[in-house]
Amino acid sequence: MRALNQKLLRDLWQLRGQATAIALVIACGVATYVMFLSTLESLKVTRSDFYRQYRFADVFAPLKRAPLTLTRRIAVIPGVDRVGARVVAPVTLDIAGFDEPVTGLITSIPDGGQAPLNKLYIKAGRTVALGRDDEVVVSEAFAAAHRLRPGDGLDVLVKGRRLRLTIVGTAISPEFVHQLRPGGVFPDFKRYAVMWMARTPLAAAYDMEGAFNNVALSLARGADAQGVIDRLDVLLRPYGGVGAYLRKDQLSNRFLSEELKQLENVASIFPVIFLAVSAFLLNVVITRLVGTQREQIATLKAFGYTNVDVALYYMKLVMIIVVLAAALGVGVGAWLAHVLAGIYTHFFRLPYLEFRLAPAVVGGAVLVSAAAGVSGTVVAVWRAVRLRPAEGMRPEPPAKYRETLMERMGLRRMLSAPGRMILRHLGHRPLKSLFSVVGIALAGAILMTGRFQEDTVGFMMYVQYVLSQRQDLTVTFVEPTSYKALYELRSLPGVTDAEPFRTVPVRLRHGHYDYRTGIEGVSPGGELYRLLDTRLNTVPLPPEGLVMTDYLGHILHVQPGDRVTVEVLEGSQPVRQVPVVALVKQYLGLSGYMNLDAMNRLLQEGHALSGAYLAVDGRALPRIYDALKGRPRVLSVTERTQEIRNFKKTLHETMLFWTTVAAAFSAVIAFGVIYNAARITLTERSRELASLRVLGYTRGEISYILLGELAVLTLVAIPFGLIIGRWLCGYIAHSIQSDLYRVPLILEPKTYAFSALVVLLSSGASALLVRRHLDDLDLIGVLKTAE
Amino acid sequence: MASLTSTGARSESAAPVTVFQARGLTKVYQMGEVQVHALRGIDLDLYQGEFVVLLGPSGSGKSTLLNILGGLDVPTAGTVRYEDHDLTVYDDARLTRYRREHVGFVFQFYNLIPSLTARENVALVTEISAKPLAPEEALRLVGMGERLDHFPSQLSGGEQQRVAIARAIAKRPQVLLCDEPTGALDVNTGIVVLEAIARVNRELGTTTVVITHNVDIARIADRVIKLMDGRIVGEEHNARKIAPRELVW
Repeated sequence: MRALNQKLLRDLWQLRGQATAIALVIACGVATYVMFLSTLESLKVTRSDFYRQYRFADVFAPLKRAPLTLTRRIAVIPGVDRVGARVVAPVTLDIAGFDEPVTGLITSIPDGGQAPLNKLYIKAGRTVALGRDDEVVVSEAFAAAHRLRPGDGLDVLVKGRRLRLTIVGTAISPEFVHQLRPGGVFPDFKRYAVMWMARTPLAAAYDMEGAFNNVALSLARGADAQGVIDRLDVLLRPYGGVGAYLRKDQLSNRFLSEELKQLENVASIFPVIFLAVSAFLLNVVITRLVGTQREQIATLKAFGYTNVDVALYYMKLVMIIVVLAAALGVGVGAWLAHVLAGIYTHFFRLPYLEFRLAPAVVGGAVLVSAAAGVSGTVVAVWRAVRLRPAEGMRPEPPAKYRETLMERMGLRRMLSAPGRMILRHLGHRPLKSLFSVVGIALAGAILMTGRFQEDTVGFMMYVQYVLSQRQDLTVTFVEPTSYKALYELRSLPGVTDAEPFRTVPVRLRHGHYDYRTGIEGVSPGGELYRLLDTRLNTVPLPPEGLVMTDYLGHILHVQPGDRVTVEVLEGSQPVRQVPVVALVKQYLGLSGYMNLDAMNRLLQEGHALSGAYLAVDGRALPRIYDALKGRPRVLSVTERTQEIRNFKKTLHETMLFWTTVAAAFSAVIAFGVIYNAARITLTERSRELASLRVLGYTRGEISYILLGELAVLTLVAIPFGLIIGRWLCGYIAHSIQSDLYRVPLILEPKTYAFSALVVLLSSGASALLVRRHLDDLDLIGVLKTAE
Repeated sequence: MASLTSTGARSESAAPVTVFQARGLTKVYQMGEVQVHALRGIDLDLYQGEFVVLLGPSGSGKSTLLNILGGLDVPTAGTVRYEDHDLTVYDDARLTRYRREHVGFVFQFYNLIPSLTARENVALVTEISAKPLAPEEALRLVGMGERLDHFPSQLSGGEQQRVAIARAIAKRPQVLLCDEPTGALDVNTGIVVLEAIARVNRELGTTTVVITHNVDIARIADRVIKLMDGRIVGEEHNARKIAPRELVW
């Protein structure tokens, strides 16, 4: 078999152009698969590893104030492992050289510096030292945003008292992987600080000596979580406990889980699409490629090689291509996964990355590619070996052609002889033409999926931050406040308008369904904040009753007219029955909405507000910030334009990378498919084209015949690609919706244009490459040989 | 059919008009590391309206000579002129134009385009020529007037070859070059094809060169040129040229 092996290498060399194109297609499919699944796997492993090593608590319970002695009673609840009683204090900060208000949260750690739960991963410096009152550890992200280092000073306002602190370290905690300020949707590390201080000085500053206002628990293995929560709630209720919750409802973890779920959804769609498309293309291309070897197969058989020998030979040829391509794909995929996982690690603020290149992921990708290659080869070889050798070597009888439908419909006269050749050749093997069209269309379709997310999210942001929210600033108070605060805000110079809002944390129950969320009280007829549905109509808030998003309604199995139980999770924690008056379709969030007055009546707390939306004169912004900074009741101040910037930053950090990779891969796939289609057509038709050259046709004229076919295929494929692409995007939109948002199918015209353009360019590039081969046609050889 | 008769028809008495003039034609192929001398200094004149058969065994150089005359190949040394064109200095584009305007080819394996009907295969050539015959007329001339709309797959080998001849002559070429036109055909079919070629030569006055290794076929020519090892080894004029149908081989 040594001669045959020689032939194998030569054949490979001869097919190098096509082999490379095929290999690139496979490599892209494999790389996408490996990249996404490895990223996901790595992030999941990292998260659970970090949670375990740094003892992320299982249960959390906020309360007003309880004596530390209560912790002993908590510790003996069956199932409780460790108890961490903390002081958690909202603060405002003064950062030299940064005018905007910065708010934050300080959590206490034992004076010795190491918490029993939610331990700190110290990134730089050290934790607080015993006996030192002025030391603070700040979150690594906040430190990085302001270029703060251990040794720097920090002015913090706790309950109106100014503390002069020294940063001794930067850290990451499993409790604050995702750091969201109250009211914010995206992380803003410049304007929101998560910090840790020793218990004694923080309790002194926050009037919590001998007491705590937050407790975290870990559970023993096999503990009854709900039982622990129920007992804990009973214990804490007299101390202003508003309901304990599990890790899954913990804010940072919930966001992180949602983000990972998003990624998982994406990871379950894109790589499968890419891998499936590349496998399909591989199959088609290999079938055609082996099909062009009919004569050689007949010759091998004439020498006495068996069908199995021949099949194995081509199998080897294909496997070499597939294995090299898969290796390339795995390599590139692993590298990209490393980059992408790094981006997400940074984005999620995970302290480190446990990179995993799971053998199952790699094996899966290689297996799918190999299976596609093998099945394509088997089909093609089987077709070829069915012929008796003599038949295979004999000139093939002229293929049967007929007039195409278009010609029979009367278009015949409009077509020149070359035009008819193109059409009839396409119609001659409709299945083959169809496969080419499908291949090109799929490449165009996946081009759209990469950009679709950007279009959609851009649109959602436009709805949220341009159409719905029109305030310049959002001010949130530490706790519900009287309307006096609103009038004060209105009277600040530069504030042109102020509208109150009230948000209440609640648990909604309907039958045995329940969901922890918030109800927003919106001032009716407000100008700065308008509640919009997905058709961008203003949702009218009736004077009584609850309006909720249809997604929340779906979770609770609620229809308009049903009554839900509202358990308020703050203050005196009233429980009320409220009718649901309407469900609205919204892109973001899972909130309930009420008329502000109705809400106040429901809570029986008079006119109270959680914060206000402000319209301000931009020039007065620094003065307004100054005025707000000194107010201890102000929990946070959010600037809308800043929030848009935060969003864009988030988007760019995570999505842009993938969008770019997807676009590049799709372009490669498009090129691979089109180039192969062109090369195979050239092989199949070189005899015909050479004959035409002999008859006096110029290179340009025969190029028209060959490339005209390619052009027809491409032009037919493009609209199909756009349709398939739209469908794929719709499928993705449907798949990635989550608690946090519903994704509309928004495709900008430029996304369609982009897809069509890249396909056209790929087609053009393939055409140019193939065109060069037309110059090498063997005019004399073709006359001497039978087909 | 009178209108088809060329004005330049062969005349016994007048001095013959030279169409091709080859001098010292040499062709060396580099086949890997071996040099193959396909032509070793050929001197040859071909005249207007003449029916010439190039006779010789495989490898004698007859196809190489035909390819050079037809503008498919260029000699390594020597000159070849067609009327006042010096083919030896032509580049690819000018050779293409030369083939397009002056030469009709017929090949052993017909080289029809399978996706086009008989009529359309001929139209393929008439569409790019200045004063062509109508495709139907050309097909009638080779006895294929009844099968205009048949695809190659629906035609026998002889019929396909006659379509190829019609395609070659439809542009009214000055020369018709046929490389083993009956090589893939049985005797009876071959005779029908040769009839068609002879008729074209007779009625259109097209200078016709037919390559064959079949000695019998030589009897239908005006002149027979014998090649061996890249050289002309003999030349004879047929005193009595017979009609193809009289052939037996």
